Parts: sequence; structure tokens; C-alpha cells
Amino acid sequence: MAVWIIEENCTGCGLCAKACPYGAMVIEDKLARVTDRCTECGACLAACKFEALASDIEQEPIPDLSGYKGVWVFAETQEGKLLPVSRELMGEGGRLAAELGQDLCAVLVGSGLEPLADELASLGAKKVFLADDPRLAAYATLAFTRVLADMIQAHAPAVLLMGATPLGRDLAPRLSRRLDLGLTADCTQLGIDKETGNLLQTRPAFGGNVMATIYTPRVRPQMATVRPGVMAPPQARAGAQAEVIKQEVKLLDSDLLLKLMSFTPLASQGVDISQAKTIVAGGRGCRSREGFGLLAELAQEMGAELAGTRVAVEEGWIGVERQIGQTGVTVRPELYIACGISGAIQHRAGILGSRFIVAINRDANAPVFSVADYAIVGDVFKVVPAMLAALKEAR
Amino acid sequence: MKIIVCVKQVPDTANVKLDPETHTLKREGVASIINPFDLFALEAGLRLREQAGGELQVLSMGPPQAAEVIKQAIEFGADGGLLLADRAFAGADTWATTAALAAGVKALGGADVVICGKQAVDGDTAQVGPGLAMRLGIPQVAFVKGFREVDGQSLVVERQMDDGFDVVKLPLPGLITVVREVGEPRPPSLKGKMRAKKYQVPVKGAADMGLDAAQVGLAGSYTQVVEVFAPQASGEREMLGGAPAEAGAAVIDRLVQAKVIMVGS
Repeated sequence: MAVWIIEENCTGCGLCAKACPYGAMVIEDKLARVTDRCTECGACLAACKFEALASDIEQEPIPDLSGYKGVWVFAETQEGKLLPVSRELMGEGGRLAAELGQDLCAVLVGSGLEPLADELASLGAKKVFLADDPRLAAYATLAFTRVLADMIQAHAPAVLLMGATPLGRDLAPRLSRRLDLGLTADCTQLGIDKETGNLLQTRPAFGGNVMATIYTPRVRPQMATVRPGVMAPPQARAGAQAEVIKQEVKLLDSDLLLKLMSFTPLASQGVDISQAKTIVAGGRGCRSREGFGLLAELAQEMGAELAGTRVAVEEGWIGVERQIGQTGVTVRPELYIACGISGAIQHRAGILGSRFIVAINRDANAPVFSVADYAIVGDVFKVVPAMLAALKEAR
Repeated sequence: MKIIVCVKQVPDTANVKLDPETHTLKREGVASIINPFDLFALEAGLRLREQAGGELQVLSMGPPQAAEVIKQAIEFGADGGLLLADRAFAGADTWATTAALAAGVKALGGADVVICGKQAVDGDTAQVGPGLAMRLGIPQVAFVKGFREVDGQSLVVERQMDDGFDVVKLPLPGLITVVREVGEPRPPSLKGKMRAKKYQVPVKGAADMGLDAAQVGLAGSYTQVVEVFAPQASGEREMLGGAPAEAGAAVIDRLVQAKVIMVGS
């Protein structure tokens, strides 16, 4: 065992047990004890105020990382336009950059994307790093990895944020391994540790039952992917200018090994519920496609988008592009009305960014009520018509 | 064709809860299962073997009891497997995990195709597949939902994207991660069950594969967990009681008051 207790100094105060991320430290008979869950991470050593912990863990000194500066946002695009998640990252990145006293920078990789530099400037970018090449017109894992790795090595940023999109989740892990960096996936909250300047990366684990805060103290840049729909986009400031820094694109034949042969868009286009301001959503309690008809009426009356749970999608009551939750879309509307949704953790995780949550369910113990602002225990088929009537009267 | 499928033993996350006092995961009574997405990876591997011939090995890293998931894979039809179990592997983040798995792939004699599930349901990171490809120096396609063409030199696969799907040609050797749409897992076969019963799962540790303990486990991890905590419930909640008509009217009234719903001029 690499951590042990000096019993005469230990007061059983429990600070070490609180500090242990693995729950390996227990307090028994007013003494701390290390259990076999210990991974020898050393988190307890710093927490003890009574010199009661000793260890033979050799903490490697943290290298000087002060040369790494700037918060970079990988600005993912589609058909020449910024994805909503890119704007969200600019908002969050700007906040982090201000806290660090460093510049917010955007990274564009593609073909013919230079016109987006002004938009990124309006979203707060001081610099825009641009890799523009016809061979980058479509996403190619190996080529994008090469180009980004070259940029990072040339300019040494402190932080790199990417959207946890299909592209981001393919590219970020490859890039982080290429550069020998850490990476935290699918973050829902970011912050800066005031003492060390480390990026604190908070993400759900175990299907959303647990939140974990993670940091990467020894390497730079600190890489994180961020779940779309969670962060707030910034107010655009028209007329802002950014310095555009062009990166020479050097690709080897081996970087072009993966060949994109075709792209087939989803049949049902035109709906993006992650951007909706008001959402009326239904679950098992709506019982049928007809039951969803009532929700559709409410949605229409409120100018809302209709959405559903995994169950509603699997039953065929609503299309998969309108599925909310961990396997569906994360949303952050002003108003979310959950009708007949019990609120499995996977669903709750997808709606936590909502400003107001109204929940209607017959079961008073439904977990959805734990995240609701307004809770109504009752039958959807009685409450929703009453809401419709009240709405019409209010108008 | 040599196929290696990576599998992970995970707690059944639907039942995992955080103890609010000790901030540790309550694992008592929580079953260990094969990561559900890895069953799709296994199914994809079995389909590839049917089309192209060859052999399918399963690779896992975990505690000694994770040998169970390899036996389970053999029930489904895998030819053999390898478990990487060593105290030195404990506490690994995804970077350190890929170091061990890359050594495991080599210990199995390499592969034409490595297949992973899109992510594990305990960590949900989706990082190990692409990271392993980088470690092995082979190209990858993540989130594969189907196969178009299979030959000895390449795979033509469908890659799921948010707004549709790509068709991508992946030269071999290569790695794919797969999503549910790749195919529902077949039931275990009787023959497989008989084989699994007798099968002795080979186990290797870090030193067996020439890995330095500093490269794997917690020591080889760049990310560190600072804190784990239970998700926050919303602060204030108002229960709107009474008959449905009253409650329905009351909630609309509250939303109008809060200016979430705009009415009138």
C-alpha cells in the first residue's frame, strides 16, 4: 500500500475521505483507513491538515506550462456555415478566456471558409486560425488530425474545445493520442481552477447517475469535447475584427487514405429541436399516436416544437429526430413541458439546460418532478385540455 | 481476415447510484454485464467473419472476473480471446487504456480489422476506439452503422452522422466503432456455450507484454478525477394541486406571470 496513516496524528476528521475521488478512504473508530479501492492517486495527501498521511508515491513535478496560451475553439461547419455548437463553444470559450486573461481563438478547417472569420470575430474571437484547402472540403479523419496537430504544435494553446458531435467524437480522441494529450469527453460544465489555472471539466458518467470533475494538470493544451445544446451562445457584436492566421496545409498521401464516397442526408430534414425555444414533449403516459395528437395541439397553440422520449420514438409515435435525452438530442429551451414522461435519468440529462420545466404525470413519485419548476400530478388527457382552454382564454 | 473485437465489462448503469454521504458508487447488488454496445461490435465481427472467413478474437482489459465477458463472447461465436488483467492497469483513463489494448492487439498477433462498440455505458467517452487506432497507427471510422463491401484490402462502411450518413472506404488494417444499427446481436449458440464452458481465458499483465507500469493505469493517465458528485436536482419546485382544470389554468397563469408565455398586446 502506497498511502498509509500515521495513527498518532490522525484526528479522524474525514477531510481525506472527502477528498478521495474513489471512495477508498474510510473513517473507522475515529481513524482513517485506506481500503483496497485506493488507486494511489495522492489526492488525500494534499487534503490532510494534521500530517497524518504518508506515502511513497513519487509525484512527478508538473512541467512549466506557462508557454501555452489561448483558448481555442474548433469551429465545426456544415455546408459553409457554423454549427450551433460552434457558437455555443465561442460563448463558453470566451468566458474561460476572460477568466484566464488570455485570447479566445477560433480554428477553421475546410475549404472556402474564410468568410466565416468575421462571424467568429463577432462571437468574440481575437484570432482565427484558418486551414483552407480543397482536400479538406469534406471531413477526413486523418487529414484533419494532421492539420490540427500542426496548428497546435505551431501555436501552443492552453485549451482546445470541440463539439461532442459525430465529427468531434471521431476527431478529438485521435488528435489527443497523436499529440500525447489528455481528453475529457462530452463535458456539460467547464470552469477554471483559480489557484492553478487548470481547466475543470465536468461530465456525466454512469448514464448520468454521477457527475465527475476532471482535470489535466501535466499536459497542454487541455482538450475537452462539449455536448451540443448545453452551453449558451454569446451575444454577437457586429463589426468586431479578428486577426486571420493562415496555416500552410501539408498532407501526406497516407493522410488521404480514408475516402468519403457519398453522403446521404436524413429523409426528414428541417427540424432541429436543440434550438427550439419552447418544447412540448411526451412519453409513455401519452399512450398512443392519438395521444400525441393532443400534445401537437398544445405545441401549435404555443408555437412550440413537439418532441418525445426514447419510448415514444420506439413506439412510433414520433420521429427519431425529435428524441430528447442521452441517446437523442440535448435541449435548452425557455420552456419545456413534459407530458406523461416519468423522467429516466437519461431523459433528465437531456433537458437540464431548460429555463422552465413543467411536468405532468399521474405518478407523484415520477423522477421527472425532481427537475421540474412546476409539477402537476394528474392525467395528461385532463390537464393538457385545461391548459389549452386557459391559454385561449388568456389570449 | 483477422478480426479483433474489444469488449468491456461494465456495471449495469441503470442501477448505479451515488451514495450521497460517501460520494462513492453503490455497487452492491449491481450486476456486471458486457457493455451493450460491444454486443453490436461482436455481431459486426461475426458478420464480417461469415463474409470474409478468418478468425475472431475478443480482447478485454479489466479485473480477473472480466474473463466472464470473454467467455460470453465465445458463447456468441468468437474463436478465442485475451484478458489484460493487472493491478498496474487500475485507474486507467482512456489514454492509458489504449496503451494496454494496443499491446493486447499485438499480443494476439495483430488484426486486419479491430472493432469496438461506439462507447461504454459506464464512462460514455467514445474515446477508446479512435485512440486505439491512433496507437496502432491505423485509420479509423467511428459510428459505423452498416457494411457495403468487404474484401481483403478494404471495407466500405456507412458512418452515422447527425444529419445523415457517409459512405467511407477504409483501407485495411483499420479500426471501426459501431452503433446499434449495425445489427441486433444473435442469440448465443449451443455449440458456443459448450466451448465457453471449457474455455480457459488467457490472461496477460503489463510486464508480459513488455509494458512499463508508468505507461498504463493511473500512472499512465493524463486526466485525473478531481471530484465525483450526484447530479443536482432543480432548486425550487412548485406543486400545482387541485382538479386538472385548476392545475392546468394555474400553470398557464404562472408561465404568463414569468413572461415565458407572451399573451395579449
